[in-house]
Amino acid sequence: MRSLALRRTVNVAVTILCGAMVLVAVIPLGSLLWLVVSHGAAGLNLSFFTSLPTPVGEPGGGVGNAILGTAMLVGLACLVGLPLGIGAGVFLAERGDGPFGRAVRFTAEVFSGVPSIVIGIVAYGLVVVTMHRFSMLAGGLALALLMVPTLARSTEELVRLVPQSLREASLALGVPAWKTSLRVVLRTALGGVVTAVLLAIARAAGETAPLLFTSLNNQYWNVRPDQPTASLTVQIFNYAISPYEDWHQKAWSAALVLLLLVGGLNLLARFALRRSAAGGGHA
Amino acid sequence: MMKTLRLAALLALAALGSARADSLLITGAGATFPFPLYSKWFSDYNKLKPELRFNYQSIGSGGGIQQITARTVDFGASDAPLTDEELAKAPGLQHVPTVLGAVVVTYQAPVADLRLTPETLAALFLGEITRWNDPRLAKDNPGAKLPDVPVTIVHRSDGSGTTAIFTDYLAKVSPAWKSKVGAGKSVKWPAGLGAKGNEGVTGLVKQTPGALGYVELAYATQNKLAMASLKNHDGHFVRPSLAATSAAAAGVDVPPDYRVSITDARGADAYPIASFTYLLVYRDQQDKAKGEALVHFLWWAVHDGQHTAPGLDYAPLPKPVVAQLEKTLASITVQGKPVSLATSR
Amino acid sequence: MAPPRPPRAAAGGHAGDRLFAAVLTALGGAVLLVVGVVVLELYRVAQPALAKGGLRFLLDRDWDPVLGSFGALPFVYGTLVTSGVALLVAVPVSVGLALFLSEMGPPRLRPIVSFLIETLAAIPSVVYGLWGLFVVVPLLRDHVEPALGRALGFLPLFRGAPIGLGYLAAGLLLAIMILPTISSVTSEVLKTVPSSLREGALALGATRWEAIRLAVLPYARPGILGAVLLGLGRALGETMAVTMVIGNAPEISASLFAPGYSLPAVIANEFAEASGALHLGALAGLALVLFGLALVMNSAARLLVRLVARGGRAAA
Repeated sequence: MRSLALRRTVNVAVTILCGAMVLVAVIPLGSLLWLVVSHGAAGLNLSFFTSLPTPVGEPGGGVGNAILGTAMLVGLACLVGLPLGIGAGVFLAERGDGPFGRAVRFTAEVFSGVPSIVIGIVAYGLVVVTMHRFSMLAGGLALALLMVPTLARSTEELVRLVPQSLREASLALGVPAWKTSLRVVLRTALGGVVTAVLLAIARAAGETAPLLFTSLNNQYWNVRPDQPTASLTVQIFNYAISPYEDWHQKAWSAALVLLLLVGGLNLLARFALRRSAAGGGHA
Repeated sequence: MMKTLRLAALLALAALGSARADSLLITGAGATFPFPLYSKWFSDYNKLKPELRFNYQSIGSGGGIQQITARTVDFGASDAPLTDEELAKAPGLQHVPTVLGAVVVTYQAPVADLRLTPETLAALFLGEITRWNDPRLAKDNPGAKLPDVPVTIVHRSDGSGTTAIFTDYLAKVSPAWKSKVGAGKSVKWPAGLGAKGNEGVTGLVKQTPGALGYVELAYATQNKLAMASLKNHDGHFVRPSLAATSAAAAGVDVPPDYRVSITDARGADAYPIASFTYLLVYRDQQDKAKGEALVHFLWWAVHDGQHTAPGLDYAPLPKPVVAQLEKTLASITVQGKPVSLATSR
Repeated sequence: MAPPRPPRAAAGGHAGDRLFAAVLTALGGAVLLVVGVVVLELYRVAQPALAKGGLRFLLDRDWDPVLGSFGALPFVYGTLVTSGVALLVAVPVSVGLALFLSEMGPPRLRPIVSFLIETLAAIPSVVYGLWGLFVVVPLLRDHVEPALGRALGFLPLFRGAPIGLGYLAAGLLLAIMILPTISSVTSEVLKTVPSSLREGALALGATRWEAIRLAVLPYARPGILGAVLLGLGRALGETMAVTMVIGNAPEISASLFAPGYSLPAVIANEFAEASGALHLGALAGLALVLFGLALVMNSAARLLVRLVARGGRAAA
């Protein structure tokens, strides 16, 4: 066996190496955040949030329509994705132990890794070609499809965390099983489910690829689900690959807005989780 | 809670939107080549008729043709006219030329006033010339101090009318190009980087030292990029300009369907890589409101719109073409009935 | 007094319960339906390309829409090379990170680091692309690639003009993007390793690292492999960031400095303009391949991770 001193030195070296790996991971993060904030903040003012994009060369303009578009797209996605995702999750937790449940669970797990561009193609074929129109609906559907599997799996796990005793207590009081599921189990898991939902929303808001040929883009305000719609992510992409300095500036500013949105949702999710954990402690 | 609030907010917004139902959104997609001009046109036209909004997305000519064929957009746009085969898939599609543009060879290298012969240009894009101090470049540019840096070719990654015009020219002037690569909206490039849209190519050329690519004139001037002079059919080196673009169109007979190539045109001042750019609409419009609005817009574009073109480095249509277009536009029908253009005149 | 009925029996008795069960089952079935529709739609669009010799087009080298030849090898190659670079960089870093998070790091620092890594995971890919295009690419072009070329230019991997855009840029960006996935799953896996193993080694006089190397890592290896596969799955399918920095040239080059292409990037660039059933079919075929790859990666990964977790529970 090697000397103790050498072994201790190796131990310290590995510890330092692990610390170095932390730095390797954190440096790009720092660089990215710093550049988005420093470049992006320069272009931020109220009109950036409220006005429409301008043609090349015309100063001013903003991404107000893209912010609204992203909100609407995600909203639409939620309308379809939340009931389906949460419902499937509750199904998996409450009655998902048979072969059918296992098949659904496996499918959801595997489906959650499918690249988002693939879903974009499917939404194009099913909605855009059928409706003869690029539309918010097509984009929202693509985002919903992306939401469902992850949401189903996280909901299942959260529902399974609800203590069996709570369920039994409710059943013992004569409450029917379905009411127990909804009123006791789901409500207890609510904080966690809200967290899962917020994370799913944050993820959907950051998607670009499935929107490229579904919701396309729009330089105007749009609230109609049957029309093409702007989104922050597609706008950032278009601005970033353009040759114009002021569009690059707008890309950074729009990226800052997107990061604030996504970051805010993530923080909110953490907050919801902490609160539900505290609530769980009381129960 | 949050969810309900959010939903309520969305519903309120939706209600707000439907209250403004008098506004009409017309969606188009396609060429990036005329995008700077089109975005100006649509913005101007919106000021003129606030109830009309044209949403134009520059996804490339290939996308424009494909999407108007699939009828997922109200109008398409392309710099390359449709091939017979493409036209067969979109019966009833009308080409409406809007302006003329020039495809310029732009570069990022410390060489002022680069001069290129067709042979050298083809050799560059065939990947045969890989360094800036290549003897062939030196021969075209006597006295110029050429740096010893690699040439990075930048081309389009999407199906592009700009590519179609550029490769159409190369195929006309270089037998080697014709046999090895050919012409089309997306070809198999022997060398270089691909970028999306004229925007993307311009962006890459601007960012990459030693880069050389091809873009529409407006993109190069707006971004203050260097442009090469090209040797034209008559043997003169011509700098890209509006006048040289118009000169290229001067001697050309435009056929009734407007599908024409004007690359490698004759004339001492003619710039060799010029082209019409087209809007694509169906000759019989299905949607009454949209169809009428489109025809009126096209009428405006080929008349009043022409005045804004030179300021953005596009050459206005020749007068005879406008006269021919007036007849064409008058023949477009909406649900089988002709559109009254009296108000537009 | 009747014995208490088990919950399942209660579930069957009530009309509301039956309805509730039916609704839940329908929602679960909807997941299967959705996936079925996705696969069928992809297959339907891909059919014209698949009919011409199945998946053999994946190994053809020529992608030439003008001549109507659609060989996807350059994209397959680009996807594999960029993902390979990403794994080469991300795996050591992620495992180091995971060890820091679960074994070696000062306990007070761990939550902070874990928060930072989660932040890395939350950043949308288009923002990575933006940062890659304006920060990573110039850095590679002006400093890293020339230096690598001078030092290691004898290898074909590091030859050629430093352009910045290319396999290397895309691979590095992917490395950063998959790092959170691999490190968080790995640290979860490490946490499921029974502490008796660790304590046993420590009790025998092993240093902390020796305990990890001899007791923890061998035990956790399948799970770590699973984490790596999950990361690989994400790298294979990443679209926007790669499209923005890979150079979009359908060529096969030995040099990492050269521009290339990837499967998702070509779909993103060409799908909206694909003319003709064959072009469209080829692109949908590529999507089908991506779908299949994601399927294999994910199921293998989950299986491996579960293997370790189950073992941990059994031993505990």
